[in-house]
Amino acid sequence: MRCSRRDFLKQSAAGVMAAAMPAATFAFLTPAEAKAAVGSPKVRWAFLVDTEKCTGCGLCVQACKTENEIPWDAPVSRTWVERYVVTKDGQTHIDSPNAGRDGFISSEIRGEEIDPEDIEKAFFVPKLCNQCDNPPCVQVCPVGATYKTDDGVVLVDRKWCIGCGYCIMACPYGVRFFHPVVKTAEKCNFCYHRITAGKQAACVQACPFEARRMGDLRDPDDPVTKIITTERVQVLKDEYGTKPHVFYLGLDEKVR
Amino acid sequence: MKNHVLRPLWLAIAVVAMVLIARVFLVPEDFGVHGESFTYNYYRLSNVQEWKDFPAKYQGRERCARCHDEQSENNAASKHASIQCENCHGPGAGHPKKVKQLAIDGSRELCLRCHQSLPYPSSQRAALPAIDGATHMKKKECRKCHDPHMPDLEDA
Repeated sequence: MRCSRRDFLKQSAAGVMAAAMPAATFAFLTPAEAKAAVGSPKVRWAFLVDTEKCTGCGLCVQACKTENEIPWDAPVSRTWVERYVVTKDGQTHIDSPNAGRDGFISSEIRGEEIDPEDIEKAFFVPKLCNQCDNPPCVQVCPVGATYKTDDGVVLVDRKWCIGCGYCIMACPYGVRFFHPVVKTAEKCNFCYHRITAGKQAACVQACPFEARRMGDLRDPDDPVTKIITTERVQVLKDEYGTKPHVFYLGLDEKVR
Repeated sequence: MKNHVLRPLWLAIAVVAMVLIARVFLVPEDFGVHGESFTYNYYRLSNVQEWKDFPAKYQGRERCARCHDEQSENNAASKHASIQCENCHGPGAGHPKKVKQLAIDGSRELCLRCHQSLPYPSSQRAALPAIDGATHMKKKECRKCHDPHMPDLEDA
């Protein structure tokens, strides 16, 4: 067998490279592992609302307002609870007195008493910021004061916000409002200071019925992620293409 | 080109230059694109830390149980086990060092949030024991008869 110097060098270089290759190169990755390895190793927060479990106690709104220093009597809130009463004549009665801050302790809706005999169905729906993947509120900000963090939460830079209100109009969910004390745009941020410190969001912690839960979509073993990926969940206003990350179980078609 | 054309042109160039110079001083260094898209990730990076430093108010029942073990155990054994202490006792931040006594909410309205009867058979609300707040002992606070940590009258 003849071996030129060129061939000898070529083959020994290939041999050295093959020997240097770690065994991990040939390991087979599951799609979740591959995604975690290529993409950001960080979390992607998602929220799960089980409307079947909500009783309209409003303890979540109370906790949110206190935790996030939203003036108690101002008609604004980062989260709120809506009551839907569908009557047999096909009408839907919706209200959310004081954002549901004090719960629902009267059957009167907008000054109207509905005969229990006429009620077809009635339920409560908690709402909050959807932390969209394509947040329209961020697109319209003229100064870069609102943005999406790498873990998927949309935040407002209070020092940078000029209070123009574009984002408040752009949000299709009506989640944003003007903070009456700070004088900037304000919104739910999944209690960013709590979730990044390993605590639960204030509303999640306050809910006695586990109607509100949070999880990390990048962790396939997260119980909330398992529900979102394997059960029949719905999002609000999917047709807007905002890719909301608040998922609802048991959502009724009357909910807008 | 004639002077009357050049003069406003120089002025416009000077204004643009001044804006660019002012920008260097006014825009913080960490302001820029931090992430995959200019549309969604154009921001001041240090603001993320500012939000992380926002003070938390609610501490969770585990912290309450460190000192108030008897009340915590009673409550954990009752039907109110799923209710956080701070829902009624108020947020525990600063307690006990700065805030000696928390302001307890013992109002009827607090209990009625869950226990006011509403005619909603399709809601989870209907599964809870309920009364009509307008007629049931309407002048008395609920806790005068029912212990919130042990709400069943029969067990008391």
